[in-house]
Amino acid sequence: MGELLQVETAQEALKNQEYTQALVDLLFQLADDDFILAYRGSEWLGLAPHIEEDVAFSSMAQDMMGHAVMYYEMLEELGVGKADDLAQLREASAFRNAILVERQNGAGGYNDDPHYDWAYAIVRSYVYGLHKKVRLESLLKSSYSPLTLISRKMLTEHRYHLMHWQVWLKQLANSTPDARARLEAAIAKVWSDAGELSDLGPNAASITGFGLIEAEATLREVWLKETQAIFEAANLSWPGEPGAAKERGRAGEHTADLIQALATLSEVYRIDPAASW
Amino acid sequence: MAQVNEHVHEHQEATCWELLQEVKDPEIPVISMVEMGMIHKVKVESGVAYVEVLPTFVGCPALEIMKKNISEKLVEGEGINEVQVRFVYDPAWTSDRIALDARDKLKSFGIAPPPVGFQPGDTWEVTCPYCDSPYTTIENLFGPAACRSILYCKHCKNPFEALKPIY
Repeated sequence: MGELLQVETAQEALKNQEYTQALVDLLFQLADDDFILAYRGSEWLGLAPHIEEDVAFSSMAQDMMGHAVMYYEMLEELGVGKADDLAQLREASAFRNAILVERQNGAGGYNDDPHYDWAYAIVRSYVYGLHKKVRLESLLKSSYSPLTLISRKMLTEHRYHLMHWQVWLKQLANSTPDARARLEAAIAKVWSDAGELSDLGPNAASITGFGLIEAEATLREVWLKETQAIFEAANLSWPGEPGAAKERGRAGEHTADLIQALATLSEVYRIDPAASW
Repeated sequence: MAQVNEHVHEHQEATCWELLQEVKDPEIPVISMVEMGMIHKVKVESGVAYVEVLPTFVGCPALEIMKKNISEKLVEGEGINEVQVRFVYDPAWTSDRIALDARDKLKSFGIAPPPVGFQPGDTWEVTCPYCDSPYTTIENLFGPAACRSILYCKHCKNPFEALKPIY
């Protein structure tokens, strides 16, 4: 695209149907990624390794949930539906999050003998966080001005999440053989899904064509380069090219884990949508 | 007539700013939202006060309380019948927006103020709000509110909180 338009408001975006469609598709990816991972984070409440971590993890989940709200509100402004309904009433097939964020935290359930995997929580949060940073930095140059403004704000918060996971990764990587072995197993598990993070979905060409965000290959290259440097600094071997699950979350294909998550998180809202919190 | 209106609005806006000094940050009751640098604009037109607020954190659960407190306070103003509060992200709130004299109030409340003019790559060094010792450690980047961290002073042996540099 030679000349890119800069779109200042939702009203302006709505004048161009194709632009609106690309924007809506991207916003669902951004919103659903943060929303579902924030939900998985909230499922650690009371289960984190120590009380300070419990505070930290729930703070980060709260920040991410706040980011998801902003994206859902942008969708509401574009006439897609009420933000709360978008979060709580859609079927799994309407979600556009990557499979990585919907995976359960480990064996068992939150209310049913949880044997969650802390190493997986660290690696998933950090790898996702590193990708999110690259995505937000790219959105600073988005053709949709409301996205550039909110990305600037989110980055100020997000850098603290990265610092936090950085400490955990380094410490576990240089700790006991058991810690290191668990960390490596978690990396392998995360890595088998992580490749989907920079997938922009079936409408990718339009999303990047309208200058909403940079191309998948660019996002991926920057993200992998930065992640590799961090792995090396932590003395971890580089797992190579990331894989992707057989389901494609960006196209609305999901695992039973997402269905479980949605059923739990929307239970109260579905009983009484008018309940005030 | 237009000029008279203009004058009335200016006067009402000044009143609003004064009233807003009384609206405290719900999580730090010693300083006002004005001192926190969170009030971006106040405009009054035909009895309606429009207030633009800059959130410190996007997902801060206190935002709705702030909105309510602002509305309840401003309708006390003469000729203000309605208040509309809007959260905006341009400019982005940064910790440099906190008023200089409000920083001492934060200290008196046991919260170390954020550094002024913090740049990416700077090291965040925090002195104890009780004894001014630089001999402190971060216990947890994340505290009881999104904007705060938990620290410990190895000199006077007090735990304390610090406002994160947001830049």
